[in-house]
Amino acid sequence: MFDLSFGLLPPAIVDLIIDATQQTLYMVAVSGVLGTLAGLPLGVFLATSRKGELFAAPLANHVLGLVVNAARSTPFIILVVAIIPFTRLVAGTSIGTNAAIVPLTVAAAPFIARLIEAAIREVDQGLVEAARAMGASPLQIVAKVLLPEALPAITLALTLAAVSLLGYSAMVGAVGGGGLGDLGIRFGYQRFMPEVMAAVVIVLILLVQGVQTLGDLIARRLDKRSRS
Amino acid sequence: MNAPLILSADQVQTPSPAPLAPAQAAARPIIRFEKVAKIFAARGSNAQVAALSDITLDVPEGAILGVIGRSGAGKSTLIRLVNGLERATSGRVTVDGVDISALDEKALRAERRSIGMIFQHFNLLARRTAFDNVALPLEIAGVPRREIKARVEPLLELVGLSDKRDRYPAELSGGQKQRVGIARALATRPRVLLSDEATSALDPETTNQILALLRKVNSELNLTVLLITHEMAVIKAVADRVAVIDGGRIVEEGATYDVFAAPQHATTRSFLSALTGQSLPPELADRLKPEPAEGRDAVLRIVFTGTHASDPVLSRVSRLLSVDVNIIQAQVDEIAGAPFGVIIVSVPGDAATVSAVVGAVERLHLSAEVLGYV
Repeated sequence: MFDLSFGLLPPAIVDLIIDATQQTLYMVAVSGVLGTLAGLPLGVFLATSRKGELFAAPLANHVLGLVVNAARSTPFIILVVAIIPFTRLVAGTSIGTNAAIVPLTVAAAPFIARLIEAAIREVDQGLVEAARAMGASPLQIVAKVLLPEALPAITLALTLAAVSLLGYSAMVGAVGGGGLGDLGIRFGYQRFMPEVMAAVVIVLILLVQGVQTLGDLIARRLDKRSRS
Repeated sequence: MNAPLILSADQVQTPSPAPLAPAQAAARPIIRFEKVAKIFAARGSNAQVAALSDITLDVPEGAILGVIGRSGAGKSTLIRLVNGLERATSGRVTVDGVDISALDEKALRAERRSIGMIFQHFNLLARRTAFDNVALPLEIAGVPRREIKARVEPLLELVGLSDKRDRYPAELSGGQKQRVGIARALATRPRVLLSDEATSALDPETTNQILALLRKVNSELNLTVLLITHEMAVIKAVADRVAVIDGGRIVEEGATYDVFAAPQHATTRSFLSALTGQSLPPELADRLKPEPAEGRDAVLRIVFTGTHASDPVLSRVSRLLSVDVNIIQAQVDEIAGAPFGVIIVSVPGDAATVSAVVGAVERLHLSAEVLGYV
């Protein structure tokens, strides 16, 4: 097999890095998708439920906002440990890559909800008024106006969330989650192998660049505001 | 045998409005405000702000009625009562007999499909092409895809944008965006079009094009238009009738021509003075004194209206009275298709001459007003 490290690392270490990269991508992808599935409706609700808005429910909006803030203000490493009973309930175990997806999703959902809320609030209220004047129902306004118009901003928000999840995933080594961060700590730090640490950092940088570039590209394709 | 029975049943059901003559039938009000008030709670306190008070106004079917007022006068609130974007605090707003203020949300949504609306900032969806923007109200109404295509294309043609159907709003000029807005507002075949400062973000030439388009849809589709504006030029260009709103109240209402010819309220006069030919040149206005004095000339405004607008009035007056008439400013215009002129003249300022000139002008069925003395 082609040596990805150009001979700088022993083949066994290269295999470890490849495995760890796959674990990281798996955790980020699954928790990103699950976090979006939970965060999107939450974000839409947060953006449309204040007083006088489409689904006006000021109390529910306030309570949900508090819950989201609480989840977001808990440091991720604390969250991982604090919700171990919940993780065990959901994943059947509190150790391993699959178990790590639970705290990652729990951390991602409120973060994504806030990002989506911000993206939707950026949509011109005049469009909502125009849709109401056409006889659109609140659900139609969400489906045909708010989400489509916010799509470029939502794409950038999800890109940001994916990058943050890449960072968070480095911490799930604490519960045996594996992945690049775990590899870097165990080999690069605890076994004094700086070349492994460097390789992990380089792979993470490449992943972040790749995700960000792809997100920017998609968002630009979706954005029709600045075409000439 | 059936037909006469049905006819008589109709007559029994609607006894009060006698069968209308065609001329009266055309003036049937389609939008009615009956003693409407709208009160907002002021932000951050218990105080209340009356945005509208005691509004009673009829918009005749097929007419273009313009509501003019300064910002904050309540005109935005007024127009939003018609499609229920705002709810009246008291009074009734009816559209074609349907009491808008009494509808629940679901019934209101259905009713809104017969009321189109266009906006100052167009409010087009940036991620939809011109075609898809016009299609949006039809999608919302659940019209099948194939029928949408058949409805949207003639509308784009009507507003002159067939070649721009696949363009996004960012690729269109302001006037083109408003054309899309108009096509979109017409998509559900409304009986009424609400225009919320639709030309205020446009340059004068584009404004005229959009107003001409409004005139066209008004006459071709027999669409009633209620528009709000802060520009008398817009009223002059398209409105059959005008209502002047100030401080949440309608202070003057009537046929545009009559209001232009004889404005009753100070607010109306102030709006009219913004039009050229309606106000004195500033240099003259500065020197104007309210009282006559030895050696001063009187400044008169003579308004030419209707069939007398093209009469050679000044030369007649001059000849009849042997008075020198000095023309300071003259403007002949057309309002609602009828000629309309304003001439500002000065004549010798002695009381006898002034009253003779005013009398002579009035005998010619025109109005003359002494503005002051210089």
